Amino acid sequence: MKPAPFDYAAPNSIEEAVALLARHDGAARPIAGGQSLMSVLAFRLAAPALLVDLGRIPGLDAITIGADGVTLGARVRWRDIEKDGRLSGAHPLLAAAIAHVAHYQIRNRGTVGGSLAHADPAAEMPGIAVVCGAEITIVGARGERTVAAGEFFTGALATVLDTDELIVAVRLPPWPAGRRWGFEEFARRRGDFALAGIAAFYDTDAAGRARDVRIGVIGATNRPCRLPAAEAALEGRIVDDTAIAAAAAATRASVDPPDDLHAPAAYRRALAATLLERALARARR
Amino acid sequence: MTSRRTNTYIGAAIERFEDLRFLRGRGIYVDDVPHATTLHAAILRSSVAHGLIRVLDATEARRRPGVVAVITAAEIGPVPVIPIRLAAWPSLEPFVQPVIAADRVRFVGEPIAVVVADTAARAEDALEAIALEIEPLPVVADRDASAAGAILLFPGAASNRAITYEGRKGDAAAAFRSADYTRREHFSVQRHTAIHMEPRGIMAEWDRIWGRLTIWGASKVPYPNRKILAGQIGVDPALIDMIENDAGGGFGVRGEFYPEDFLIPFAARHVGRAVKWIEDRREHLIAANHAREVECTLEIACRRDGRILAFRGHARADLGAYVRTNGVMGPRNVAQILSGPYDVANIEMDVELLLTNKTPAGTYRAPGRFEADFFRERLIEMAARDLGIDRIAFRRMNLVPTTAMPYALATINPLESTTHCDSGDFRQTLDRCLAEFDWATKSRLSGADREGRRHGVAVSCYIEGGASGPREDARLILEPDGTLSVHVGSSSVGQGVETIFAQIAADALGVPIERLRSVRHGSTGLVTEGFGAYSSRSTVMGGSAVLDAAAKLEAQIRARAAARFGCAPDAVLLRDGTAIGPDLAAIDYAALAGDGLVADGTFLNERRTHSYGAHAAHVSVDPRTGHVAVHDYVAVEDVGRIINPETLHGQTVGAIVQGLGGALLEHLVYDGEGQLLTGSLADYLMPTASDFPVIRGVALEEHPSPVNPLGAKGAGEGGIIPVGGVIANAVADALAAEGVQPTALPLSPPRVWALVEAARNGRK
Repeated sequence: MKPAPFDYAAPNSIEEAVALLARHDGAARPIAGGQSLMSVLAFRLAAPALLVDLGRIPGLDAITIGADGVTLGARVRWRDIEKDGRLSGAHPLLAAAIAHVAHYQIRNRGTVGGSLAHADPAAEMPGIAVVCGAEITIVGARGERTVAAGEFFTGALATVLDTDELIVAVRLPPWPAGRRWGFEEFARRRGDFALAGIAAFYDTDAAGRARDVRIGVIGATNRPCRLPAAEAALEGRIVDDTAIAAAAAATRASVDPPDDLHAPAAYRRALAATLLERALARARR
Repeated sequence: MTSRRTNTYIGAAIERFEDLRFLRGRGIYVDDVPHATTLHAAILRSSVAHGLIRVLDATEARRRPGVVAVITAAEIGPVPVIPIRLAAWPSLEPFVQPVIAADRVRFVGEPIAVVVADTAARAEDALEAIALEIEPLPVVADRDASAAGAILLFPGAASNRAITYEGRKGDAAAAFRSADYTRREHFSVQRHTAIHMEPRGIMAEWDRIWGRLTIWGASKVPYPNRKILAGQIGVDPALIDMIENDAGGGFGVRGEFYPEDFLIPFAARHVGRAVKWIEDRREHLIAANHAREVECTLEIACRRDGRILAFRGHARADLGAYVRTNGVMGPRNVAQILSGPYDVANIEMDVELLLTNKTPAGTYRAPGRFEADFFRERLIEMAARDLGIDRIAFRRMNLVPTTAMPYALATINPLESTTHCDSGDFRQTLDRCLAEFDWATKSRLSGADREGRRHGVAVSCYIEGGASGPREDARLILEPDGTLSVHVGSSSVGQGVETIFAQIAADALGVPIERLRSVRHGSTGLVTEGFGAYSSRSTVMGGSAVLDAAAKLEAQIRARAAARFGCAPDAVLLRDGTAIGPDLAAIDYAALAGDGLVADGTFLNERRTHSYGAHAAHVSVDPRTGHVAVHDYVAVEDVGRIINPETLHGQTVGAIVQGLGGALLEHLVYDGEGQLLTGSLADYLMPTASDFPVIRGVALEEHPSPVNPLGAKGAGEGGIIPVGGVIANAVADALAAEGVQPTALPLSPPRVWALVEAARNGRK
């Protein structure tokens, strides 16, 4: 449980950090809160030659709320989101989802950028980024680029990030007043990674029909994703018991979880549909 | 033993002496023992479940920075084995574990080499430089493969079966032939174990001038372990000091003799320096004893009116790769205490102990009892329902009546081991439990649907064996300053024995408890011999020995005072640490102590105590997710005599939470290749402080034990025994409409969901 030897650097700027990562060509790893990486190191599942600590880089810890939505700096911690009173209005889905992340100690250290880069299929932040259509800003040796969250995650613990790239921010599009939403997840114990989770939201037109329906799932697939079939089952319809049942059926049909240690595929499939029903029941209240 | 004084401390909620140092961070655990020059050990463990070691070369590792030595079987020479401490039997001998793998590995986690280096991190670094090749052999992944015997794990044994215990009483076959009603079910409890907060740890130092070994971190059974080590390492036991430090929990797992208990002292002598090894959490999960993996086909035979005539069953325990020091005890207990608190005249229970390529098993709090109670209480619940008899009436009718005490349980062969319930009124604790729980109100919730959650209640009865013999020793010392010290052979694993023994000694001597300056326990050298902390024995055995020592010390004090007063010893009055003569002259004990007075006491006992009680639970189940929530949990236990209600309550609540972990969360899962899949606390789910907030415990002392002078009965395990059965029965009650009948633990959400699905699909 002792990490293999590594060097340590704490640069003062993004440019310096990126240069260090580039120079080590895959042998260096960035670290912020360390809530995923430290256990990986302790188990010696990874033995990077250099850790690049992002803790001294200014400007990465801001939560900015504006006309273009909510922008979270990469080093924003779960605790920062929890404590920011503006977010319950500016992005209630984000606030609700982040309330499920881990435990007090972890919430004081774990970061938005770290969670996105680690890309655990059951993590809340990647799921919210995908379902909301967030944009992830990345800086690397070849400059800055912006990637849609839906294209960022490529599999379990896998993303499009190059070894010399850092996430600097994620922007969630604006959240209109009156939007209907629900977030449900189920974990074995409070704070554990979800066996499955569902985020659902939609706007309503003058006739009360659902518009721009978004449904995202975590934990039941190898990466966070939207469920287009379930979205289609609701789009343009009044969200009533029949519509919810149709969306749940579509969820069951389209989610294809793996069997794993904690649950068989059939359970996660049924669970995702149950959570969808509950999220939509919450949304229409 | 006559009780001459009113007790002022026994029975009082004395705050634990230990707490101040623990809460201030001043406890001294083995890793805290100050030592300026200690080296650190790390252990290379097999990553293959079954195989032959073809290459083992530490040349490169020995060159790594900071490395002082690498020890393999080659350095040790003839490799010692770890003997069986409890219930040794010739048929078990081929299956004992060598202290290090020489040419063959049998489980993932088995030690292969020890690196000693200047820091723990460098020792771990060097592990990676050891060249190791293991040629895999076919894996015995489960009990079926073990019983089939196509792959034999031990060349010297004709099968993978270590032993079969037979629990026998009356004539079960005849009872089944004549019964109005019988039912047979298959049950299983999953492999899980104790995860004490402080992992294991050992520091050893070799004094080459005097040829002495000092070992810190001893626990549970330091004296027996000293004897084992002395034999293995070739050092006179008198030259080995085992030091007990503060310990962060034991639960049966800490303190047994493990390979590390040889390897670290050997390493210390090998390098001529102090060597320390602190187990990490991953090591604990693969190397410390596992427990509880027992499956059982059980039959019950009843009269139409619900009277139980017989139990008959066949159980199979997965013992893992070796028979360890106490590995047989859990399965053995299944055979003996299957009938629990019920009067069952005919029992025929066979328990097979099978070896597989998993981590070896040992005892975990209430070994065999947790498992057997789950099997029995589930089957009783089903039988009562089948017969249309109220489940409480069914249990009450079958409880052993007070008039039948002492009541014999099944005899275990081939050990010819017998035991008796010593005393008690089992109906009293059942009735009290129902009253505390408010069964009359809560049972109306049976099967009720509240916002999608289905509610259920259940109650179960149990017995808890305690006070294992044969003996315990204690020494009381009147120090020159008039204070008193207690030395006792019982061990502390964090259960508060310092406070308990101080209470007992203060009352026995009639002195203020502040006079008890120190209570030392466990470490060799304190008393001639000690037997340790297991089987709920410390308070009863050690406490009774303290009483004996106190009587002897008091006689010495009285004699000295009489000489000073010039009167007969009987004329001296002893009160509050002062001797008072016939003319009312008073002398403080300090003035009588001289250079100190010492009295040795002992308590011999082969008869066990049985505390007993009942637990009730109210749960709700979300049939859509399979989630089980515990809304109320009530435990009532009669422990004969309560020494300290606070520490007892701590034992009860802690044990129940552990039981809920076993009933709902904890599971050591292996794949077909013998790899442990739950190798961290992210995957092995422990109950956390917020998971089960509603637990109530009531302790009674209505029926003191007749087998010891305190009247106390062991009480460290009762809290965990009935939990699996109570929770499973409450879940069955909640889902009775579907006919869901849980037969396996843990009741994880996917398992409960699958039971609901299967019941619904079966009905369609």
